[in-house]
Amino acid sequence: MSDRIVKTVELKAPIERVWRALTDHREFGAWFKVALDQPFEVGRASTGRMTYPGFEHYPWEAQIVRMDAPDVFAYTWPHPEDMDAPNFDGAPRTTVEFQLEAIDGGTRLTVIESGFEAVPESWRAKAMRQNEGGWEEQTRNIKAHVEG
Amino acid sequence: MRAQPAQVFAALGDPTRLSLLSRLSDGRSRSIADLSSGSPLSRQAVTKHLRVLEGAGLVANERAGREARYSYRPEPVAAARAYLDAVSAQWDDALGRLRAFVEDEAQ
Repeated sequence: MSDRIVKTVELKAPIERVWRALTDHREFGAWFKVALDQPFEVGRASTGRMTYPGFEHYPWEAQIVRMDAPDVFAYTWPHPEDMDAPNFDGAPRTTVEFQLEAIDGGTRLTVIESGFEAVPESWRAKAMRQNEGGWEEQTRNIKAHVEG
Repeated sequence: MRAQPAQVFAALGDPTRLSLLSRLSDGRSRSIADLSSGSPLSRQAVTKHLRVLEGAGLVANERAGREARYSYRPEPVAAARAYLDAVSAQWDDALGRLRAFVEDEAQ
């Protein structure tokens, strides 16, 4: 059992296009489904509200730690026990790192989320129960979309 | 007592402890004597490892008369795995949306 999640996808788009989709805050918001208050800047907080259906108005907060065009974009963000809490101060944080590599036909994107050992086991079980139904369906939808 | 994930990972990261868990994985409880028999480890070493496993919530012990009997508790591993699976599914979803976004020529 690992304490990190690694995802790799090959995108049929040039590396500059993928870099922009990740690091331009309006483009990031369009696909991630979050309304961001300001551009991403290393060393600064990113704030906003989710626009994902069912999660609207949950706050978004991240600390940008790295932006090395066009190769690496990384931030930390909280994993709160209670999504309805007034703020997420003190919640354990994980690190999300996007690694981009130009390949024949487009871009290989690797996403690594690490630091889960900081998330208490009791919270994980609760979040699992909360997330289970919705995410299973979304995953089925995405598989159909990507493979269709 | 709820164990921190770091404790669970540390507990699982030792081959002796993994072998103790594997002996306990049939669900039957066992005494320290049971767990030390057929093993090159002393009772003291086995006890030390069982304490670490207990601290991580991976085994529970019950006294049956004078004897402590240990049994495997699957919840810490199951919970940690389930959470990672949920987050992993969220990433599959998000990356599907990113793919649609960047591969759309009109963007």
